[in-house]
Amino acid sequence: MAKGPINADPRVYGSASAAPSFSKEKHSRMYLIRRLWQYLGKNRLLLALALLLSVSSSLLSLYGPKLSGEAINAIDLGAGRVDFDTVFRCVALMAGCYVVSAVLGYLLSAVMIRLSKRVSRQMRRDIFESMTRLPVSFFDRFQTGNIISVVTYDVDTVNQSLSSDLLQILQSVITVVVSFAMMLSIAPKLLLVFVFTVPATMLFTRFLANRVRPMFRRRSAKLGELNGFVEEMLSGQKTIRAYAREDEVLSRFDGKNREAVDAYTEAEANGTITGPSVTFINNVSLTLVCVFGSLLFLGGDIMIGDLSSFVQYSRKFSGPINEVANIIAELQSAFAAAERVFSLIDAEPEQPDAADAVELTDTDGCVELRDVDFGYDAEKTILHDLSLRAEPGSLTAIVGPTGAGKTTVINLLMRFYDVTDGAVLVDGRDVRELTRASLRRAYTMVLQDTWLFHGTIYENIAYGKPGATMEEVVAAAKAARIHSYIMRLPDGYNTVLTDNGTSISKGQKQLLTIARAMLPEAQMLILDEATSNVDTETEEEIQAAMRELMRGKTCFVIAHRLSTIRSADHILVMDAGRVVEQGTHDELLRAGGFYASLYRSQFATE
Amino acid sequence: MKRIWRYIRPYTGFIVWTMIIKLMGAVLELLIPYFMEIILDDVVPRGETPLIFVFGGLMLLASGGCLACNVIANRMSAVSSGKITLAIRHDLFDRLQRLSARQMDTLTLPSAESRLTSDTYNVNQLLARMQRLGIRAPILLLGGIVMMLTMDVPLAMVLIAMLPLIALIVYIVTKKSVPLYKEEQTVLDRVVRVLQENITGIRVIKALSKTEHEKERFNEVNDELMEIDRRAGFITAATNPLSSLVLNLGLTVMVLIGAYRVNGGLTESGVIIAFLQYFVMILNAMLGVTRIFVMWSKGEASAVRVADVLEIGEDMTVVPVPDAPAGSVPHIEFRDVTFSYTGIGANIDHLSFKLERGESLGILGPTGCGKSTVLNLLMRLYDPDSGEILIDGKDVRGIDGRELRSRFGVVFQNDFVMEGTIRDNIRFFRDVPETAVLAAADDAQATEFIETRDGKMDYGVAVRGNNLSGGQKQRLLIARALAGDPEILLLDDASSALDYKTDAELRRALRQHHGGVTTVMIAQRISSVKNCDHILMLDDGVPVAYGTHDELMAASAAYRRIAASQMGDGEVGA
Repeated sequence: MAKGPINADPRVYGSASAAPSFSKEKHSRMYLIRRLWQYLGKNRLLLALALLLSVSSSLLSLYGPKLSGEAINAIDLGAGRVDFDTVFRCVALMAGCYVVSAVLGYLLSAVMIRLSKRVSRQMRRDIFESMTRLPVSFFDRFQTGNIISVVTYDVDTVNQSLSSDLLQILQSVITVVVSFAMMLSIAPKLLLVFVFTVPATMLFTRFLANRVRPMFRRRSAKLGELNGFVEEMLSGQKTIRAYAREDEVLSRFDGKNREAVDAYTEAEANGTITGPSVTFINNVSLTLVCVFGSLLFLGGDIMIGDLSSFVQYSRKFSGPINEVANIIAELQSAFAAAERVFSLIDAEPEQPDAADAVELTDTDGCVELRDVDFGYDAEKTILHDLSLRAEPGSLTAIVGPTGAGKTTVINLLMRFYDVTDGAVLVDGRDVRELTRASLRRAYTMVLQDTWLFHGTIYENIAYGKPGATMEEVVAAAKAARIHSYIMRLPDGYNTVLTDNGTSISKGQKQLLTIARAMLPEAQMLILDEATSNVDTETEEEIQAAMRELMRGKTCFVIAHRLSTIRSADHILVMDAGRVVEQGTHDELLRAGGFYASLYRSQFATE
Repeated sequence: MKRIWRYIRPYTGFIVWTMIIKLMGAVLELLIPYFMEIILDDVVPRGETPLIFVFGGLMLLASGGCLACNVIANRMSAVSSGKITLAIRHDLFDRLQRLSARQMDTLTLPSAESRLTSDTYNVNQLLARMQRLGIRAPILLLGGIVMMLTMDVPLAMVLIAMLPLIALIVYIVTKKSVPLYKEEQTVLDRVVRVLQENITGIRVIKALSKTEHEKERFNEVNDELMEIDRRAGFITAATNPLSSLVLNLGLTVMVLIGAYRVNGGLTESGVIIAFLQYFVMILNAMLGVTRIFVMWSKGEASAVRVADVLEIGEDMTVVPVPDAPAGSVPHIEFRDVTFSYTGIGANIDHLSFKLERGESLGILGPTGCGKSTVLNLLMRLYDPDSGEILIDGKDVRGIDGRELRSRFGVVFQNDFVMEGTIRDNIRFFRDVPETAVLAAADDAQATEFIETRDGKMDYGVAVRGNNLSGGQKQRLLIARALAGDPEILLLDDASSALDYKTDAELRRALRQHHGGVTTVMIAQRISSVKNCDHILMLDDGVPVAYGTHDELMAASAAYRRIAASQMGDGEVGA
């Protein structure tokens, strides 16, 4: 009940919509309830069990007072005449009753805990699933901390209220129904009072719920923003310290912190109005019942005993209504959190593979870009009319000033993004006709931004080839000239890499990622500034291994050190998203154009 | 909670007022049934109609007062708990920011983050709820007991005898659940870590088709979180049924004893009936109190984690050092410096060098030889194990960290680019005038690409600089380092992603406009450092060669080898 008329359009909360959301849609309460129900529905058995337990423990708790009443009747016979047989029987039954009710009560909690934790897990799982399907661009747009906030805080908020409130509502509804029936049988006239107060409660609750929901929405959003800020700034902690900007960042943090706390306080202060307000309405109704009841009694319409029972029941009746009203306020925070959870789960995934997409198997590694236009924003084209053909086993080098669009070409090859116009082809087939997973499997990639995870060095190297033996890993590490460094670490290959990895340099990290790339068998290889932080001598040392790695593969290399790409079969010179020159090293030098000047500047004496 | 008490203390007065108002609300709430009893028991039987309205009015008044008290007190509780949280978070963030690299490594980043957000949030909730619920239940509990004692002491004692038992239950449950909640937060740290890694490594994961593997990895920690969550829940869930069982059994015993006492004429059955009424009240109050303890367990676990960070000591304090000697001293001096990150094997081995003001030092050497470590030591991100590092003749350990670092402009390898405008990234929280920003961008050769972006300086840089190329990021970072007009410029492989032409122009601009700046530059290319006043070659932490380009070309075989490999055939030494 009183989940209220659901037609309220949440879009009216214009103020709250300023908060960033992971997907565009906003949802009606009904929709959210339906979605939440899907999660609960998966555990129907537990839910049924909870219902059964809650009904039986309620019944038992009603039975207890009845027994004590009986015992008192037996005692009431007066001094020396107490009916001890009855007292003993009742006391024994009471004890048994209480034990059973305690056991049932505990079981009920256990079932609800099991249920709600399962739902939490499922939600976190779904969010993660959704994350794995999201396009790379999504993560370029949203702050890590904000996404994490959904998984930690919002999921928790949803389930806290789901586990406790749901049960409470159920029990309350039972009590309300029973009390209402009793009152109806005693004095229908007095019920007129409730004709007034119950709708008042419902209207008020609804009014308040509508009022606080945007506040709770803001609370979730602001906390997410705070998380995003914290995550970003802590990741730049070293730089901030180096620039001695701690105080300035702190004052920036204070602003975000204040916003989050204010949003919390506002939601909390307004959300907690519901309880006392509904109590107030109930007290007013109690007063009305009392006053009018008394007048009715004086008018001879009802008996004093009836009045007293009616008052008792009306108190029983209002208790749960009060409870439900409180819960509805609490549910607003759950709804606001659920909205964020679902908006992340529903965030538009990478365009799914075409229905008739085929697996790319046994590619011979012929890659072609045909008249490709592309821009990250629809309005702004970065690549113009780009064409390129890489024969199987060839080495294509892409050179050009920074920002020329080299990495963008890689993004297109890997299908992290799709072309705006034109096509990328592998083995003469448009990559959009292939499954992404199989296309990406056909590539090995070493990027400039090294990515290592919290795990052992062994795990990090073996990452691309599940089940790689220690021998293979060691061989790869040796080829990448990182083996001797690893052996000097206290735990060797079992050393766990930490976040800052203070004792491991960026260059060493690059060597580790190169070692990682040596393991998987792929027909195509992408090296995007793979050795930019490695000194030239080490780079030269790993050249042999790199050549080995590249042998027979179609390779794409981005590098600034022109010496490393001199041997390329084909050099693509890019500038401002266009290919300005292409050919072999010698051809391009002879042409005396852009490439030649780039190359000469490398050795310029200035 | 004890350990964060100092944050609560300034608000104790305010909180006491909240409690008093809450108490008034509770009293008013109890007055309502009291007035009602008067109407039903006294007024109605006597048929005094006007008095019905009088007491009815009083009931309404009490209701209104109760509403006002509770709304006000709830708002006050939200405000004070919010303010306390604000202060805790402020200090926590401050402390986290100033952790040394070593301390941060121990704490780990995800853990730092979740302490700052989820743990402080738990504390906030606890503080607010404690104030809202913490007064009524104990008052009702106490009131009920007092009422019982006034009626029949022996019977009341039965109930009072149950209280220590309940206290014991609460104690045991709390003691068991606090560590579990603490562990839960630790597991949450791990969940955060996996999420973080998946977001930053999204390209690699997709490229290697490791999505399924990552899902499994996430499921693992996710399951673990559910498991620990559940265990903690199962333990705390025992509080309610157990304590009501104890109280109810007490009630049963009381009925039995009451039966004997009534039989012996020591008490009346009416007393037992009244006791039963109070019992319900006490039971509810009791459940309220235990609920507070359950909340407390979770809040306490978080408070401990917060306090753990707040209490981490400064590990690199300013120590007294001798003043700089009079006369002319080198600007930067390393005096026989040895350092190791792990304590096993030296990362810097007996390094000495001197730089005069305005001189430049280029550092070359194989990957992992300790080049970046030199900068870390110079900026005092770490302290050397032995030897001294002097700036203007003064040991850096004796210079206030902020003052020390304000002299530097630095670009680390793959440095931090944040979400915000290009201007924000160059200014980097400093009060840099626009002209300096533009000049720095010019010198860093960044103007050219900035001009092509919409909004130029106001162009929005995406999270982690994802919409900039590697070379653009580096130029932005160099502009940042130059914008502060530093005394000392540290560049750690800061131009590795720049093409040679841009790199050369950058060096020219540095010479022309920042000639007086003492520069330490780590590079892979000889062309980047060949014009430096000094060149240091490191190998495995050991300085193997030191001198100018020409000196090294003459004296160092290793240097010649690198030069040969980089300069291409026959073009060496041009």
